[in-house]
Amino acid sequence: MRDRRLLLLAALVACGVGAHFAAGLNPYYYDVLVGVGINLILAASLNLVNGHTGQFSLGHAGFMAVGAYASAWLTLRAGGGSTLVFVLALLAGGAAAGLAGLAVGLPSLRLRGDYLAIVTLGFNEIIRGVIGNCEALGAQRGLGGMLRHTDLFWTFTGAILTVYVVTSLVGSTYGRGFLAVRDDEIAAEAVGIGTTKYKVLAFVVAAFFAGIAGGLYAHFKQYINPEGFNFFRSMDIVVMVILGGMGSTAGVCVAAALLTVLPEGLRWVSHLASLPAWLQHVAENRMILYSLLLIVLMLTRPQGLFGPRTARAHDRP
Amino acid sequence: MIEFLQQLINGLGQGSIYALIALGYTMVYGVLRFINFAHGDVYMLGAFAGLYVAPWTLRLFGGGPSFAGAAAVLLLAMAVCAAAGVAIEWLCYRPLRHRPRLNVLITAIGVSLFLENAGQSVFGADPKSFPEIIADRALDLPASWGPFAMLTITVGQLLVVGVTLVLLVGLRHVVRRTRLGLAMRALAFNPGAASLMGVNNGVVIAFTFGLGSALAGAAGILTSIQQSSIDPLMGVNAGLKAFVAAVLGGIGSLPGAALGGVLIGLLEALVVGYISPTYRDPIVFAVLIVILLVKPTGLLGGTEREKV
Repeated sequence: MRDRRLLLLAALVACGVGAHFAAGLNPYYYDVLVGVGINLILAASLNLVNGHTGQFSLGHAGFMAVGAYASAWLTLRAGGGSTLVFVLALLAGGAAAGLAGLAVGLPSLRLRGDYLAIVTLGFNEIIRGVIGNCEALGAQRGLGGMLRHTDLFWTFTGAILTVYVVTSLVGSTYGRGFLAVRDDEIAAEAVGIGTTKYKVLAFVVAAFFAGIAGGLYAHFKQYINPEGFNFFRSMDIVVMVILGGMGSTAGVCVAAALLTVLPEGLRWVSHLASLPAWLQHVAENRMILYSLLLIVLMLTRPQGLFGPRTARAHDRP
Repeated sequence: MIEFLQQLINGLGQGSIYALIALGYTMVYGVLRFINFAHGDVYMLGAFAGLYVAPWTLRLFGGGPSFAGAAAVLLLAMAVCAAAGVAIEWLCYRPLRHRPRLNVLITAIGVSLFLENAGQSVFGADPKSFPEIIADRALDLPASWGPFAMLTITVGQLLVVGVTLVLLVGLRHVVRRTRLGLAMRALAFNPGAASLMGVNNGVVIAFTFGLGSALAGAAGILTSIQQSSIDPLMGVNAGLKAFVAAVLGGIGSLPGAALGGVLIGLLEALVVGYISPTYRDPIVFAVLIVILLVKPTGLLGGTEREKV
């Protein structure tokens, strides 16, 4: 336990030092790096629900939206605000998203598998719809004017804390509960594990961090609109979790980084003058390549990049 | 009252299309127990297949819009989609047959993204106008209908509902009266036992994909008759709504999918007509969630017994 805390401290110090030296970085690379950090938070937190607890949530972008709008609204209210206000707004955004997670977690008590997936997807659409109809939040036009509080330091501090909390939770008694719910819900219930409690807890914690990620995103892009939190965004995060190997935190983090950098890398390839024209043309259609890669990776490494080798009992057809 | 009826008529057209797409979702779910996310994009392929064959068939059937020409476009698009569905299953899902369902799900997402992006690259990202294969005009209702003569019913709407009904009856016949249909039902009930009884699971699964995709292709053409503008991303929203319809009706149940599709179409029309178009999607999903909370397996879905 002591080692883990030391590790956390070391990671945070490294993050601070790294962020200090990264300040002069090319703005494009800086953007990509912050994107990696935000996706790390999203993927690591969703992994708690989809990977460790075995529930299938398709609405993570909805929680991200709640956090983004809540924190942006607060800092706008405070007239831009200082760093302290920003951090408090981030936490408040996380709390709001956590509450939304509670609202989604409760119906999950009755629903399983694909039905749960569609309900979480439905909540995502409802959250988007409510925001899109709310004039105070800019409706479909979106919300802008936030100060650019988010930098590499805050993003990676968030990512490190997320990974720390998730791994600590999974390593604790709670973690045994999550894994028990995932591996066999009926057996878990039979030996007296309150499956309800664990499912809701997983949803709330994951939603909290998604809200933090949303707040970071809002104060980085300085403009948010409901379209940015749609079904595709949720899907992106799910893909990171599954490609990383459900339940493997390290794998999910690598997948999140890889899938964020990959499209940018393909963009870079398409601008290489020395390449033959046809290859450049292929790289220009980077989303086609991305989707093909996804299919090929799933066909050749079905357990994910870092996943366990054996299929789990409840996944077998 | 008349306005309410009018909204219902408008909703029925869209609902029929959702029903046709939802059937594909539910059939695939029945035999393989996974959500084929690429299904909405097969519907898009159907519309574009129609776009490319329409000028050709129109010339063949005398230049102008005609029923024979429209039927030819419909059948060709259905054939193209059936082939696409079988090919997708063969290339992308079959190698993962004995893998966890979630892998197949991610592959399906990959296929969906591929079809959307390749579609934008091949067909162009801008909306295309669909040629008029049927003269879509409002019917002149007889004055003897009194106030009901004020309703607007178009040829396209009648055609959509009519073709959907024919396809539903045909599907019911295939599923309940043919050997392949029997094999499909056996496979959905218990794949292991079905294959022990001599059902060739591979063939039946391919057939199911072909059948479902053909229905999606038909939906693509029927939409194009009503809306006349198609784009490579048209399958995203329609696919999502049809998926909702399938879950609403109870995923795995064929009558449920048809019912769910029509209900979603009607609900959307009423929300658009009486509340606001911007509330359409949130309200559809809210109703879905409420129904699932009351009846967790959908309207017509059977309860699956939990086995230890």
